[in-house]
Amino acid sequence: MTVSQSDFTASMLDPAASVPSGLQNPDGAAASKRFNVYRNNVAVSLSDALETAFPVVRKLVGDQFFRAMAGVYLRKHPPKSPLMMFYGAAMPQFLSRFEPAKSVPYLPDIAKVELALRHAYHAADTKPLDANALAAVAPDALMRTRLKIAPAIQTITSPYPIHAIYRANTVADASKPIMQPEALVVTRAGFDPEIHLINAAAASCIDALAQGQSLGEAMAVADDTLDLGATLGVLLAQGAVTEIY
Amino acid sequence: MSNATKTLVLASAVATAVAGLTTSAAAADVKCFGVSLAGENDCAAGPGTTCAGTSTVDYQGNAWTLVPEGSCETMELPAAADGTERAGSLEALERDLPA
Amino acid sequence: MLDVSNHTSLPPRPGVGYKPQHYNDIMRDPGPVAWLEIHAENYMGDGGRPISQLRHLAERFPVSVHGVGLSIGGEGTLDPDHLARLKHLVGWLNPASFSEHLAWSTHDSHFYNDLLPLPYNAATLARVAAHINQVQDTLGRRMLLENPSSYLAFAESSMSETDFLRELVQRTGCGLLLDVNNVFVSATNLKTSPQAYIDDFPLDAVGEIHLGGHDEDEDETGATLLIDSHGKPVVDPVWALLDYTLAKSGPKPLLIEWDTDVPEWPILCAETERAAMALAPA
Repeated sequence: MTVSQSDFTASMLDPAASVPSGLQNPDGAAASKRFNVYRNNVAVSLSDALETAFPVVRKLVGDQFFRAMAGVYLRKHPPKSPLMMFYGAAMPQFLSRFEPAKSVPYLPDIAKVELALRHAYHAADTKPLDANALAAVAPDALMRTRLKIAPAIQTITSPYPIHAIYRANTVADASKPIMQPEALVVTRAGFDPEIHLINAAAASCIDALAQGQSLGEAMAVADDTLDLGATLGVLLAQGAVTEIY
Repeated sequence: MSNATKTLVLASAVATAVAGLTTSAAAADVKCFGVSLAGENDCAAGPGTTCAGTSTVDYQGNAWTLVPEGSCETMELPAAADGTERAGSLEALERDLPA
Repeated sequence: MLDVSNHTSLPPRPGVGYKPQHYNDIMRDPGPVAWLEIHAENYMGDGGRPISQLRHLAERFPVSVHGVGLSIGGEGTLDPDHLARLKHLVGWLNPASFSEHLAWSTHDSHFYNDLLPLPYNAATLARVAAHINQVQDTLGRRMLLENPSSYLAFAESSMSETDFLRELVQRTGCGLLLDVNNVFVSATNLKTSPQAYIDDFPLDAVGEIHLGGHDEDEDETGATLLIDSHGKPVVDPVWALLDYTLAKSGPKPLLIEWDTDVPEWPILCAETERAAMALAPA
C-alpha cells in the first residue's frame, strides 16, 4: 500500500477526508490522530504567517474572523514559494471577493498596504541620490531628466481613507478616519518602511517616474492637483531617488 | 501650460523639494517596525493535535457564521460605493463564500 | 562578491538558532555561543535589515545555513528557482555548513510549510539520493541531512531510518545532522529505543547535532505523542540521550533550536551553557 504525496496533501488540507491507508501507528493500526499533527502544522503555521503579515487587517476584522478567514485563504491559496516572508500576495484579490468581509470594503486596500510594507522591508538596498545633483540640473534639461526610483517605493491609491485607517490602527491617539479617497507611498529610507500620505495625482506621477518616464512626462500624467514640489520632497527625503539620467 | 511655463513649474518644484530637505526634516509619519519579524520560516512543528487543522467550520462556506468585529466597528465610515451598506456595520450579510 | 565569512567549519562547541530579536544581545555578549544557525529562506530577500544583520553576524561567527524549504524528499523535481536562490545565498555568505531535512514540503508547486514524512524504501532512497547529488553539485559543497521527527509509520517502508541514512551517505557522500530531540520524539512516538537508534546511527558522518524542546500530547489510544515544537527547554531525557551520543561520537557542533514562544536571550543562553557542559564534562 503506497501513499503518494498527492494522497497525502489532499487528505492533509481536507479534515473531512479519511487518513490515507498505509499510514500507521506503532501497533499497525490506522494513524488518524497522528496524521492530524500534519494537518495542524500546516493550518496553524500558514495561519500564523498570515497573522504576522496582515496585523492591521486582523485588527480591523478581529482575531476570530481573521483566523477563520485564514483557514479559507490557506486552502484556496496555499503558498507557491517556500519564502514565508512573501506569503499572502493574493490577499487583496481574495478579500475583494470574500462575501463575509464585504461590510469592510476598504479591507483589500489595507491588505495592499501591508503587502507593500513587507515588499519594502526585503527590497534591495540602494544608495540615495545627493539632492544637489538634481538641483544642479539646468531648468531646460529638467523636463527630459529621468529619476531612478528605489525598488522599495510603491504607491497605493484608494477610494477609502487608507492612510488614516492604517494610522488609526497602528498609532496611539491617531485621529479618526473621515471618508475620503486617499493615496500613500511606501518608502524605506533606512531599514524600516514608512508610509506617507500623498494624493492620487502624486501617486500617478511617482508611478510614471518609476516606470522610467521623464519628469516632464510624469508631470503630464498627473492632473492639476499634483503638488510636484511636495512629491519630489518626499521622494528625496526618503532616499527614494537613486540616480538621475 | 506652455512648455516654458511647465519648465518653470518643474524648476521651482525641484528647488522647493531640495530646499525643504535642508530646512526641516520630512514630516514624521508611520514607521513600521513590526514588519521586522514578518513571515519567518522555521523548522518547528505546530501545536500538536489542537483542532486548528481539523475543524471543518473554518472553511466550509455553508457553516460560515462570523462577521468582522474588530476595530472596523469604530471606523464609522459611510456607505460603500454601491450605497448598500455601512462599512463596518454588523447588519445581516450574504454569507455565501466564493466557490 | 565579498566573502564575508572566514569561518570555514563549525567548531565542536555550542551554537544557537539565530532570531533577529536577539541580535543586540548576541553581538554584546554571546556567552558560550561559538556559532550561529540561520534558516536559509529568511535570507532570500533582496536586501534590507535581515541581509545586513547576517553580514555583520558572519563577520564574527561561523554561520550554519539550515534550509527548511528545499523539499529534498519531494516526488517532483527540486524547484529550480529555489535552488538558484540557495546557490546565491551560499555563494555570497560562504557559510561553514549547509544542511537540510530528510522530508518533503512542496508538491505540485505548492509549499506546505511543514516537514512531511517519507517511506523508507528503494524508490525513496533513489529519489532522495538524486536530489542530494543535485544540491551538492549545484552548491559545490557537501551538505548535511537531518533525521526527522516521526509521528507515524508507513506500511510500505522496508528499511530502518538509520539504514536509509547510512545508504544515503554511501551513495552521495553527504554528511548527517543528528537531531537528538528528533530521535527521542520519534522513538517515543513509534515505541522504539532511542539508544538503539544512536547505536545504529552512522556517527562518523555526523557534522552537527541539534537539540530542542518538544510538546507532549497523546493519540486516540492513549499512547504518548510528542510534537517537535521547538518551543520549550530541552527535557532531561534528551540531555541524557545527548550524553549517551557524545560518549560514542566525541564532541560535535551542538545547536540549541528554539523557534516558537522564543524566550529572552538569558533563558536561551542558559540552554547553551548546559550544552557547553555536555560537550566538556567536568
